Amino acid sequence: MRTETFEIGTAPAAPARATRARRGIRELWALPWVRLALLAAVIVAAVVVYLFTDVPGSLAFALRIRGLTVAAMLVVATAVGVSTVVFHTITGNRILTPSIMGFDAFYVLISTLIVFFLGSQSFVRFDPVTLWLVQVGVMMAFSAALFSWLFGGRRRSVHLMLLVGIVLGVFFRSFSEWMQRMLDPLDFQILSDAMFASLTRPDELLLTLTAALVLVGAIALVPLLRTLDVLTLGSPAAIGLGVEHRRVVLTLFPIVSLMVAASTALVGPILFFGLIVANLAYSYAGSFRHTWTLPAAVGIGMLCLIGGQLVLEQLFGFAGTLSTVIEFAGGLFFLFLVLRKGAR
Amino acid sequence: MSTAVAAIASAPAQRRPRRTWVGALIGVLLVLLTVLSVFVGVSDVSPAALLDGGRGSTAAFLLVASRAPRTIAVVLVGASLGIAGLIMQMLVRNKFVEPGTTGVTEFATFGMLLTMVLWPGMAVMGKMGVAAAFGLLGTWVFLRVIRAIPVRQLVLVPIVGIMLGGVVGSVTTFFAYRLDLLQSLGQWAQGSFSTVMQGRYELVWIAAAMVVVAWFAADRFSVVGLGEEFAVNLGLDYRRVVGIGMVIIAVITAAVLVTAGMIPFLGLVVPNVVSLIIGDNVRRAIPWVAGLSAVFVLACDILARVIRFPYEIPLSVIVGIIGAALFLWLLLRRRSHAH
Amino acid sequence: MIALENVTKRYGATTVVDDVSLTFGGEGIAALIGPNGAGKSTLFSLVGRLLKPDDGRVVVDGVDVATASSRELATALAVLRQDNHVAARLTVHDLVEFGRFPHSRGRLTVTDRDHIERAIDYLELDAYRGRFLDELSGGQRQRAFIAMVLAQDTRYVLLDEPLNNLDLRHMTEIMRLLRRMADELDKRIVVVLHDINFAATYADRIVAMRAGRVVADAAAGEVMDPDVLEAVYDTPVDVRDIDGRPVALYYS
Repeated sequence: MRTETFEIGTAPAAPARATRARRGIRELWALPWVRLALLAAVIVAAVVVYLFTDVPGSLAFALRIRGLTVAAMLVVATAVGVSTVVFHTITGNRILTPSIMGFDAFYVLISTLIVFFLGSQSFVRFDPVTLWLVQVGVMMAFSAALFSWLFGGRRRSVHLMLLVGIVLGVFFRSFSEWMQRMLDPLDFQILSDAMFASLTRPDELLLTLTAALVLVGAIALVPLLRTLDVLTLGSPAAIGLGVEHRRVVLTLFPIVSLMVAASTALVGPILFFGLIVANLAYSYAGSFRHTWTLPAAVGIGMLCLIGGQLVLEQLFGFAGTLSTVIEFAGGLFFLFLVLRKGAR
Repeated sequence: MSTAVAAIASAPAQRRPRRTWVGALIGVLLVLLTVLSVFVGVSDVSPAALLDGGRGSTAAFLLVASRAPRTIAVVLVGASLGIAGLIMQMLVRNKFVEPGTTGVTEFATFGMLLTMVLWPGMAVMGKMGVAAAFGLLGTWVFLRVIRAIPVRQLVLVPIVGIMLGGVVGSVTTFFAYRLDLLQSLGQWAQGSFSTVMQGRYELVWIAAAMVVVAWFAADRFSVVGLGEEFAVNLGLDYRRVVGIGMVIIAVITAAVLVTAGMIPFLGLVVPNVVSLIIGDNVRRAIPWVAGLSAVFVLACDILARVIRFPYEIPLSVIVGIIGAALFLWLLLRRRSHAH
Repeated sequence: MIALENVTKRYGATTVVDDVSLTFGGEGIAALIGPNGAGKSTLFSLVGRLLKPDDGRVVVDGVDVATASSRELATALAVLRQDNHVAARLTVHDLVEFGRFPHSRGRLTVTDRDHIERAIDYLELDAYRGRFLDELSGGQRQRAFIAMVLAQDTRYVLLDEPLNNLDLRHMTEIMRLLRRMADELDKRIVVVLHDINFAATYADRIVAMRAGRVVADAAAGEVMDPDVLEAVYDTPVDVRDIDGRPVALYYS
């Protein structure tokens, strides 16, 4: 009641104050750190909801299992978000991502080849760490080769590279399928279990290792943040401003490869995830500076994963189809991006 | 579109001797592979066995019931898919499209899924009809969507098509997954001729009929390939020709899908190779595309049968590997449009 | 001084820059002219260390470009390329800030901010500093990029066809600005131009290239000669004296 009279009493001044308040909010909202803080708060809330709703049995046990999932999500969001944004900056476009360039299909091929040549026994006999190391190693070598072939020499059009990536993906997929046909059914079963993207049951040891690798990659990026900003101007301008372009790119590509390889080997391929996350981050962060876009990408990635999981589990009662949904939404989003850019 | 004009103009007369030679080679290969295809397989169907047993033998039965239908299906599917790709490339005025890179195949597959769910007992002809209707819808959607893209953005068009196909495909997968039809859908959409036999391949004759229609309308497609303004300027009913083209593409896609499944990149790669040899005149290209596509699919199908004898590998896998490699080569050899 | 010593650059079998020896830096504005494909842009890339010469070397203030630290070079020499497409959305202020990168590596000091302010003032961009580059007109965009180069605070400034895609008013505006930069701020500017009349009006010296070689290199007035210009462009050019200034007529 009191507030009401108060409001009526100062009626003439109220609109002015309201606009001032609105302007104040708008100014605050323009600050990148405010946006990031809000994002962080929403994520924390989502994590809490995820951890504590519908606990079937022992709380401690549920927390442990779900905590692992949350940790895996964080690692994947970091790896995918950071690597995609950096990849975009180096290649000077916002549509290509390592996954779209055939990386995911190559992961499947590598896994198939391992089973094919060593027998499915290898998945059982080898300890998972050795296997994981082999996968990460081979994928890093592949991506280094692919990136230097595609982006090292002459500058080609982004769309051409994109189509090359898509077709490479089909090539790798057909090749793995051929290999899979040559496997005996038992081997095939083991392989397809290993191939399905899954966040909900990560191996603890692998998770720790991946987290460590991703952390190392992220730390290695910190001194390069401002150089990355300059790289957004394109390589000629960056060279003109004294950036040792070749050296910087040769440092960045391995970091990108490492992150993508590590996270793909942990949870399997999610094709359009990087694309969605990075592009949402560019518009959300409100700044082109990597100090803001990189954390924003990580945050949005985390929010997509945890939010998506929550919605799917709580509302629809599906588990395990998160990656399919991301593919669908990602495909539409991708079309939207490409058509908007193409129409210009 | 200047490139198409240039390509027609530059089909040079002095290369004719080499062209005849290549044409003859394709013809010879077609005959050889057709014969070979009849005699390759698990059971013994050799000329000797046929002569031995006479009309009532197992070999003769196999020949009539399985090998001959299979070989016919392979040849017709190959030829008609190549033509579907060629027509599509003319309609869209883009070298990198075919039913598989434009979402048409995925739409038709979605139609198939619908028939599996709603009318499981439907005759195969009806299934094909529904698939063709959805293929037509897919062609229409694709043509609408790419209107937003400038014609010179050559590479963007197939990207959009593939993504469109991906989105439709993920819807199909999702429903198939929910309805527990994923496995049967997968088995059925996988390109292979291993289940082709007498009584289960005759739909490909419809696709073959479409090839004949395409041949009759060939010159019109050539003109359409030069662009709408050009076509209208020459007094052509542009919309009608595009409509005929869409129907040809949809029917071929559906017939092939129902008989053999998805066969990636064939309709893209072969017309491009032919265009390198003889240029872009549709009337001249049709026999070449049909012949070379048939040879290509025959070779891949024979390979699929022998590579892991006595088991078969799906044809789509082999075409996928070779086709994707060729597609990459086509993309990267064209240096000019890096802009 | 920027000195090119017997510089040669080939792409496969074609020689784009053929044994060129030149020095820049003695005069305020040197204009580089010549027909398409004469090797002007390649020459720029060689000086701006985007390309390595196949033969010969480029020396800036006594330091060989091939061995110099990129960062040190960037404090002596600024290059503005033709095509400045930026994928990210940058404001004018962001862009000008980048000019200080060679000095501060992105951590701006008081001196840096001072340079940025002066560059923005000099190009009269104060009203647009918060605007995004894609919201500016062609002339404003070009001024923003020149402001960045100015903030870089180098003695030498290289501009590759800065008048591209500008209308007449903005072309004169940019050329006048370059003239002022040379006279007031003692910059040494090398600029690739297509319009020889702009070169004649604003440059102190004109270097004409053709087929990878320097075919004329003299004071602006001397190069504005029908025979010289015809030799450069392979087309008849008439030069008239209008109000005491040589004007080339090539429309006939």
